[in-house]
Amino acid sequence: MRRSARRAETLTGIALVLPALFWVGLLVAYPFGMAIYYSLSNTVISQGGSFVGFANFQALLGDGTFRQALQNSIVFTTVAVAVKTVLGVALALILYRRLRVKRLIRGLVLLPFVIPTALSTLGWLWMYDSLYSVITWTLNRVFLLPVGLGPIEVNWLGSPVLAMTAVIVVNIWRGLPFFAITVLAGLTAIPTEFYEAAEVDGAGRWGRFWHVTYPLLKPVLAVVILFSTIFTFADFNIVYVLTRGGPQEATHLFATLSHALAFESMQLGRGAAVSLFMFPVLVVVVALQLRYLHRDETRYA
Amino acid sequence: MAVRRGGAVRHFVVDHVGLVPFLLFILFPIYFMLLTAFKTDRELYDLQAIPFWIRDGVSLGHFRHLFFKTNFWRWLANSLVVSFATMAVSVAISILAAYSLARLSFPGARTFGIGVFITYLVPPTLLFLPLTQLVTWLGLIDSLWALVLTYPTFLIPFCTWFLLGYFKVVPREIEECALVDGCSRLGVLFRIVLPVAVPGIVCAMLFAFTLAWNEFLYALTFTNASVTKTVTVGVAAEMIRGDVFHWGGIMAGAVTGALPVVIMYVCFLDYYVVGLTAGSVKG
Repeated sequence: MRRSARRAETLTGIALVLPALFWVGLLVAYPFGMAIYYSLSNTVISQGGSFVGFANFQALLGDGTFRQALQNSIVFTTVAVAVKTVLGVALALILYRRLRVKRLIRGLVLLPFVIPTALSTLGWLWMYDSLYSVITWTLNRVFLLPVGLGPIEVNWLGSPVLAMTAVIVVNIWRGLPFFAITVLAGLTAIPTEFYEAAEVDGAGRWGRFWHVTYPLLKPVLAVVILFSTIFTFADFNIVYVLTRGGPQEATHLFATLSHALAFESMQLGRGAAVSLFMFPVLVVVVALQLRYLHRDETRYA
Repeated sequence: MAVRRGGAVRHFVVDHVGLVPFLLFILFPIYFMLLTAFKTDRELYDLQAIPFWIRDGVSLGHFRHLFFKTNFWRWLANSLVVSFATMAVSVAISILAAYSLARLSFPGARTFGIGVFITYLVPPTLLFLPLTQLVTWLGLIDSLWALVLTYPTFLIPFCTWFLLGYFKVVPREIEECALVDGCSRLGVLFRIVLPVAVPGIVCAMLFAFTLAWNEFLYALTFTNASVTKTVTVGVAAEMIRGDVFHWGGIMAGAVTGALPVVIMYVCFLDYYVVGLTAGSVKG
């Protein structure tokens, strides 16, 4: 290539990414810097504040509410991602079979992913109602009363363990389609000859799953799990709509606690410090993702 | 013959039975929301009524309340304007950036590519506090401009990343022919690459629109006045006030607020599946 042509290419290349760089730099990189600054200050909303070093982080580590949120975040993320993985693979295996009206079923399965989470969670809030819950009604009328038990009253969002379970169930409902459809794509990419070969070798259903499906699915699963981990960990909508972090902070996640500290207690600095605790998790996930990406590149290069 | 037929039937049953609990779990909440929106209050709060269907006949009362007694149309219009504007801006900017990253070599291209990917993984919950301050400082609280400005922060990284994968698989050869014939780089992008990449671009537009329509946190924090709310925040925050829950009205709002994206989804189902399986959608 001539030198002037190369220079022209460099200039065009840079010019084309400039708008994106500008927008993202201004509204992601700069706010990120601001978040770090706020977390090191005692800023109160609409009053300003001054630099206090790591005081916010120190105070948080000794704070019962924060520790509770840390524990909640870990429980919420681990359980939700684990269940989504298992159910997602199971559903994908079912969808992979020769089904009638395949397109319709696939379309229906994806619905929770398409509907705005804040709105569908309202539906769950109604299903968890302390008085008119359809779940309680079904438990009583279908299972308990016919055998002479009950009726029971369940306040789904009123006790710590039930509320956490309720929140996790909604997250699973919302995230399952993404898992199932992505894993399904991974399944479809496995050449059928591999299964035929395994069958010739005498492998049964489980054998085929463990020796063919699982190893070939691993890269897809890894990417999906990493993605889901970060967005489950950073979830806000479901908890905000269902419980606002209650009862007694039993369902507060980092995102909802940070929101509550900033806008209910007006402690912007403290809130920013809480949200920055999500950063280490982000770094680990990004590092793992980049490693996978890199491996893919070298494989196909 | 009879034996084989029996085997086929059993296969059919086994294949489909496993699906039933999944479909129940996935679809029941949606069905129940629809049902609630069309029931009368008397039936909703009657513990003797069976909740799985409508006993007293379909009622449009909750929709009447929603359409005439709340700012619902305003919220819907706000969502439309914001989603459409941010989708258009983000996809346009992303097409340029993604093409540049896919085809042109310049110093820093790789770093920028990784930067886009990392930004794509940054959850909005990490940035909403400083963005609130920034929006306040710009005087944009309670203005739709606050949303138009901030939504591209997650739409641009998503669309760029998605389109990058798409442009990479467009064959280089057609482009090189055009370049040899004296076509400029931009000419190649607009006359050759874009027409080939239409499905990918449509897909990016659909996802961008859906992500913008479903956004909740930024809209919740940047708007206080009812008339500037988007439909997600309007229904979820405005219709729940105090301790009295008008479930029929709330469900009518939730169902109608989700309808535009659901209609779009039904029309472009295959694009959504392709987009999801490109493996890069927040879930």
